[in-house]
Amino acid sequence: MKFIRFLKESFQIVIRGSKRYYLWLAFLFILILWGGSGYILQLKQGLLVTNMRDSVSWGFYIGNFTFLVGVAAAAIMLVIPAYIYNWKPLKEVVIFGELLAISAVIMCILFVIVDVGNPLRLWHMVPLIGKLNIPASLLGWDSLVLSLYFLLNVVVVSYLLNTLFYKREINNSKLTPLILLSIPIAIGIHTVTAFLYNGFAGRPYWNSALLAPKFLASAFCSGPAVLIILFQILKKTTTFEIKQEAIWKIAELMAYAMFINLFFFGAEVFKEVYSNTEHLVHLKYLFIGVGENRDIVMYGWLSLIISVIAFLLFLIPATRKNVVTLNIGAILIWMGVYIEKGIALLTPGFTPDTLGQIYIYRPSAIEVKVSVAIFAIGFLIFTMMTKIAIAIIFEDFNIDSLRRKKALPAES
Amino acid sequence: MSVKKTVLSPNKLNRRNFLKAAAVTSSTAALAACGSKEAREEFLQRDFRSLSQDQIAKVLQRLETQYEREYGVKFTVSAKEPIPETFFGYALDISRCIGCRKCVYACVEENNQTLEPQMHWIQVLEMEKEKGVDFLHSNLYYDHEEVPHEGHFYLPVQCQQCKNPPCVKACPVGATWATEDGIVVVDYNWCIGCRSCMAACPYGARHYNWGKIQLEAENINPDTHYLGNRPRYKGAVEKCTFCIQRVREGRYPKCVEVCPVGARKFGNLLDKDSEIRYILENKRVLILKEELNTQPKFYYFYGT
Repeated sequence: MKFIRFLKESFQIVIRGSKRYYLWLAFLFILILWGGSGYILQLKQGLLVTNMRDSVSWGFYIGNFTFLVGVAAAAIMLVIPAYIYNWKPLKEVVIFGELLAISAVIMCILFVIVDVGNPLRLWHMVPLIGKLNIPASLLGWDSLVLSLYFLLNVVVVSYLLNTLFYKREINNSKLTPLILLSIPIAIGIHTVTAFLYNGFAGRPYWNSALLAPKFLASAFCSGPAVLIILFQILKKTTTFEIKQEAIWKIAELMAYAMFINLFFFGAEVFKEVYSNTEHLVHLKYLFIGVGENRDIVMYGWLSLIISVIAFLLFLIPATRKNVVTLNIGAILIWMGVYIEKGIALLTPGFTPDTLGQIYIYRPSAIEVKVSVAIFAIGFLIFTMMTKIAIAIIFEDFNIDSLRRKKALPAES
Repeated sequence: MSVKKTVLSPNKLNRRNFLKAAAVTSSTAALAACGSKEAREEFLQRDFRSLSQDQIAKVLQRLETQYEREYGVKFTVSAKEPIPETFFGYALDISRCIGCRKCVYACVEENNQTLEPQMHWIQVLEMEKEKGVDFLHSNLYYDHEEVPHEGHFYLPVQCQQCKNPPCVKACPVGATWATEDGIVVVDYNWCIGCRSCMAACPYGARHYNWGKIQLEAENINPDTHYLGNRPRYKGAVEKCTFCIQRVREGRYPKCVEVCPVGARKFGNLLDKDSEIRYILENKRVLILKEELNTQPKFYYFYGT
């Protein structure tokens, strides 16, 4: 019952806000409606309205899905040092990392739903009710670990906020095992997503043992990058506070992760270029083009160059600690990984296809529209949850303050 | 009272036993409660392999009515089971194939493949004689006045009916599997349309219904099999089934029949006296991408 009271009070926080807050919500709602109309068209006409075809059978949706799995997994980036090493400045921001993870997982699930041709049949995937094909199917596993990760984060965050709201002691003997469990599962969601690609023996571009480690390294960059940007925005627009040294610490860890990411990339390039087998063609498609087809070459180089610049910005202490260069670095990393996961990972894996044919894939307007709507939904959920968390942590929103204000009778 | 009874759909569902009562979540029931009885049955239909004989009969009947209404042609949908002691294999004579694509279009008609965007279960690749079997330098879209084109040979590729099929592994809902007679089939009513199998297939043999199925009434083949050439759905995957509707009746696949140069051979691998066994024993055969250990039952050979 107490939890329901907490939810009710939180709902009041969500629906009340400044003019700027309402404008932001209205903006998101407009994007959701605009993009949603694209999805309605897609439901009517089928995935024909996308530019995916038999040759390139996954595109922008699954690219976004892959990127967001990385963002979701990155919550562990903050949980590990905060809880294992008990590093105080980070501990208070962990909760926001987890809120980001929840929003990201919701977006992941939405991206899978819009990519599926028969969304009404998704119950076929539900264990016990449908017929989930595990252990064989990696997509089967992915759906399981993602749901588990989602539930775990929801439980941890609700518990933390609920406890803070009622000003009670946090019961570490209950919480710590859950948080410790969330670490392997966070690694799990990204590893399994990498294995999803990795397991296709017929797609040499993905069939490399480095894929999963590379996924983890890039997630350790992109997730915190998103967080650093969000923290700056929250700091400007709300009462949110964060110690500067926490941000520097995150940025330092990101520099190491980016180094590993770039090193893995170099190792793959060496293997393909030096052995020079026919498998090199996919990397060629990304960086120099095959024949006349140079469609994604620009993105290949862009992703690589901005990742290197960002790595340098985060590596050098002076630029890491300067607010301007720090934010530029975070945006560059975010862009770099987004292009890498959305375009550089997916498209060359399908091009040329298994029979050697080239189909040039570019997302259609509808694909972009639907994706915008999903991001807007994610931002909406994140905004609302963050508003509650900020109110509880920084704005003295709790049971005591409510009692004082409303002079409510004390609950038994 | 009678009105009330028809509204109480959960009773009906129980009676029909489409889902174990315990498994019906309130949300699926709510979803299923809207729409017609037919739509509800379709929505709640289990995967083909867990249907009883009675349930299969009902499904086939429902499909026949549905198809007739939609396409204006009387359909028969069979679910004929494998002939005992059969395990199908296919052999294609590369030295004979002239790249005329007669098989491609005969297959489209036989198997009711959608016309927009055009789907071809058979893809004929034109290859340079100098390079041998080399996909990267092959051309699917060749367009000459006359075939064969000088200096080139032709390699038709369709489902290789692997004994170790990567597509079956990839499917998250078990909507595709290899039957006892060695045909990899898809339950078009169970497929969710995630396209994992298409990413997994090393032969580009799986095709997707990107839009609504477009068929011309006068070209429809109404003799169909549930796991084969019955009209499919938007957002579901399909593929070559060795013409399951024909081969389980003891007939040849359409592409074998239609090939003007006799390049296509088909038969029962368990039958020692079959033509396919003769080819395997007396000709030099090759399989595509043998390094992937997919173990195709679709062999290529040089007959002359």
